[in-house]
Amino acid sequence: MAPMVEVRGLVNRFGTQVVHDGLDMQAQRDEVFGIVGGSGSGKSVLLRTILGLQRPAAGSVCIEGHDITRMSEAELRPIKAGYGVAFQQGALYSGLTVLQNVQLPMIEHLSLPADALEGLALLKIRLVGLSADAAGKYPAQLSGGMVKRAAVARALALDPRLLFLDEPTSGLDPVSAAAFDDLVLYLQQHLRLTIVMITHDLDSIFRTCNRVGVIVDKRMETDTLAAIVEHPNPWIQAYFHGERARARAGAAHGT
Amino acid sequence: MSVRRQDPNLTTDSSAQSVAVRHTTEGLELDLKGEWSVTEVAETEAALAAVDVASARAISIDASGIGRLELSGAWVLRRFVQRARRAGAQVSFRGAPPDQLRLVEQTLSEPPAGAAELASPPPAAAEPGERALVAIGRYAVRSGRDMLQALAFVGRVCTTFAASLARPRRLRPVSIARHVYDTGITAMPIVALIAFLISVILAYLSAQQLLGLGADIYVVDLVTIGVLRELAVLLTAIIVAGRTGSAFAAEIGSMELNEEVAALTASAADPIELLIVPRILGLAIALPLLTVVADLIGIAGGGLLCRFLLDMPLTQYVNRVNESISATTFWVGIIKAPVFAVLIAFAGCYRGMQVRGSARALGHMVTVAVVQAIFLVILADALFAVLFMKMNI
Repeated sequence: MAPMVEVRGLVNRFGTQVVHDGLDMQAQRDEVFGIVGGSGSGKSVLLRTILGLQRPAAGSVCIEGHDITRMSEAELRPIKAGYGVAFQQGALYSGLTVLQNVQLPMIEHLSLPADALEGLALLKIRLVGLSADAAGKYPAQLSGGMVKRAAVARALALDPRLLFLDEPTSGLDPVSAAAFDDLVLYLQQHLRLTIVMITHDLDSIFRTCNRVGVIVDKRMETDTLAAIVEHPNPWIQAYFHGERARARAGAAHGT
Repeated sequence: MSVRRQDPNLTTDSSAQSVAVRHTTEGLELDLKGEWSVTEVAETEAALAAVDVASARAISIDASGIGRLELSGAWVLRRFVQRARRAGAQVSFRGAPPDQLRLVEQTLSEPPAGAAELASPPPAAAEPGERALVAIGRYAVRSGRDMLQALAFVGRVCTTFAASLARPRRLRPVSIARHVYDTGITAMPIVALIAFLISVILAYLSAQQLLGLGADIYVVDLVTIGVLRELAVLLTAIIVAGRTGSAFAAEIGSMELNEEVAALTASAADPIELLIVPRILGLAIALPLLTVVADLIGIAGGGLLCRFLLDMPLTQYVNRVNESISATTFWVGIIKAPVFAVLIAFAGCYRGMQVRGSARALGHMVTVAVVQAIFLVILADALFAVLFMKMNI
């Protein structure tokens, strides 16, 4: 079976600035794959390329074995309906309630009666741990953690098998972030999702990820969590064994 | 549709159906098949809806034939099970019920955090007449409050302006220059074009009427006085209201959405002084200048038309223009420009500051800003007309 997401020899350039130079990445089925990298290392560009929002200069991006870099917009449509994305700031449509936000992809792709639309949307909203009264609220009335959860609910609207999360725990307090990690694991196990997650949060990585890809020097080093921590690259060493990581390890040993 | 009623003795075989129904002595036996994914929700729903649960005492479901049961499919199945149970049927699964059904059950059966709030009865619906009265009352109160707020806003801007007059550096000359450029210099091409077209229309229309009377020389008077006193400044103000009033509202509104205005306030900087006073002053400088441009182009356009339509030499046109204008003609027009500018800038900035929450609010407020700016400009123009008539100029 083809891997869920496979990127080969990806090159992305903006003018003379090379962001990715021969980047390879594989996310297997039913795993939580973490993408890590310094600020400006091209994590978001990689995500945009995988989502088909941006065409790479060279290389291929396969989702479930289909190379999306050579597809037209029309061919991309069913692929796009097959995955869900929760953007960093939620990107909820501010003029719609949470319920309407979740219904929008269903209305676009399916023709369902109104009661089924409402029931399915409520199911997704409850699934991510929001209460029914949050469904009627507008994004501006939600807290940061609720916005992230609502974004996941919308990403799950079409029962995807693949879910992309862009920095899902950034801007959340540690308790909410830990609760969000639990949600990621819960969804992964119960819905048998493949989750590709961009994150900076070390706690989140250690809690949820099976494998991690680190973007260093315009390429990606991929390994299991236990192995990547021992990688000799200085940036990876600094990332996993730097001051903050040590503080975290110390706190973990202290308890 | 995918439901087929069959003889109890016949076995089902078609894999295209999502629900196969067998009637047995105990009740119904359902075999579920195919893909129960989100794209099939409409079909599976319809298939299950066609199953007659009322007559069955017991329903036994075999879900093991389903190729892929997604969450949405499980939700459809759960709805059917609930409907059957409400109708009094015993529902059982042959084999284990699917995991997804359990997940849906678990998700939806946990008491929602806001259940108490939801359960509270909705407020009693009012009588239609009463409802209309309530709506009118609400609207009146809201309008009154809005007017008061607008007045307070004008007051705050004026006091801030007065305070910063004492220290001219706080008037932000760089910022004002930027707004003069954005609202004035860049608007020159469109203002010039509109002024030219309007003077051509005016000259053409009046020439048509006056030629018959042999009074074609008065075309010049009409164009000159019309453009200088009214049309140049009014049309320029309306263009600027559409162009700059909306820009002000959108700029300040999106800053409000980004919490930039809150950030300014939090850093002890006054958003009125930083954002609004420079915009008002910038436009108050730019609009009179634009009006001068419109005046010039308008008169030139009239001259061009007179030259080619009426065969009037340009020297005669210029002489007639000089005779037709009095000392006040130009000033009567230009004096209105800063007033219009202040009205437009106030409408744009005030509505921008009122944007809250969503992109839709931004669009709404920008619309309101432009409509009100144009309304205020025309209202002020009417008041000016009355004023000038009383003053005999």
